[in-house]
Amino acid sequence: MAIEVNGKSLEVDEEGYLADLNQWEPEVATIMAKEDGTELTDAHWEVINFLREYYEEYQIAPAVRVLTKAIGKKLGKEKGNSKYLYELFPYGPAKQACKYAGLPKPTGCV
Amino acid sequence: MSEPWEDDELDGPVRKFMYVNRRAPYGTIYALESLEVVLIAAAFEQDVSLVFMDDGVYQIKKGQNTEAIGVKNFSPTYRALEGYDVEKLYVEKESLESRGLTADDLVVPVQVVDRNQLAELMEEQEVILSF
Amino acid sequence: MPMLHTVNKSPFERRTLDTALRHAVKGSGVLLIEDAVYAAFEGTVVAEKVRAALGDLKIYVLGPDIAARGMSEKQVIDGLEVVDYGGFVDLVTEYDKVQSWL
Repeated sequence: MAIEVNGKSLEVDEEGYLADLNQWEPEVATIMAKEDGTELTDAHWEVINFLREYYEEYQIAPAVRVLTKAIGKKLGKEKGNSKYLYELFPYGPAKQACKYAGLPKPTGCV
Repeated sequence: MSEPWEDDELDGPVRKFMYVNRRAPYGTIYALESLEVVLIAAAFEQDVSLVFMDDGVYQIKKGQNTEAIGVKNFSPTYRALEGYDVEKLYVEKESLESRGLTADDLVVPVQVVDRNQLAELMEEQEVILSF
Repeated sequence: MPMLHTVNKSPFERRTLDTALRHAVKGSGVLLIEDAVYAAFEGTVVAEKVRAALGDLKIYVLGPDIAARGMSEKQVIDGLEVVDYGGFVDLVTEYDKVQSWL
């Protein structure tokens, strides 16, 4: 499977996760979101960018509990809760946001 | 039905899990497999502690650069464990010493314990998994 | 030239290095790769054994495997030679044959 981004064909797995995270660019997130019927806002981008930084530092995608806590620390308490993140990413914050960010599916979580 | 964000507090018993790491990274798959299992246990909010002994102390050696061997460097992931509330990392003193290493050579803060202390810690666990 | 012996197991966990050293005749080469590179450093309990073997043998150690493990080439025992992948290939052609101890 593949998605078309800026004239390039990027390989994705059967769940839609990017095969090679080095091929990621912001357009990837925009296009994946559009397929899910979502228009990305600044609030979405905050989380997507956070995830990319987290992966860069630790080489894993965080579990949802870890993501929630870390977002609260970095972006403020009002954002560090499951309700806020589920409203942005209704398919599961770690799962859906990681996909848009080009990261692999987090180990053992939603 | 509850909303999805309402059931992320996991119920059920919390058990004391100890993961004993005895292999060097990269030469075999044990170190990476152990790390993945640890992350899963931690995501389920268990009481997790890690031991690095024998060649396992090499898993958390600073300065790993795997570019030339074409394998993913997973040593940065040990630094994510704190965010998973995994803060009990024990390193066996004798294992460090016989390899000419000290706690300063390691990527994460650890408690250096001797063989006898380690044996006592193992006695306190409910589940011990060795890799 | 006689034989090149390659060893890939940690000297702290297996006896492979001892076996290779025991079976290497004078003038042979021993190349430490993968987890065997841990044998190449000063300050460990195996350093003395490796140093003693240098009298009769040439001992090489693979640089990329040192870097991967976060070990320092500066700590390599004097008299050992660090080689890269190109050097590995050269050794294989220089020696008459290769024995890989697994």
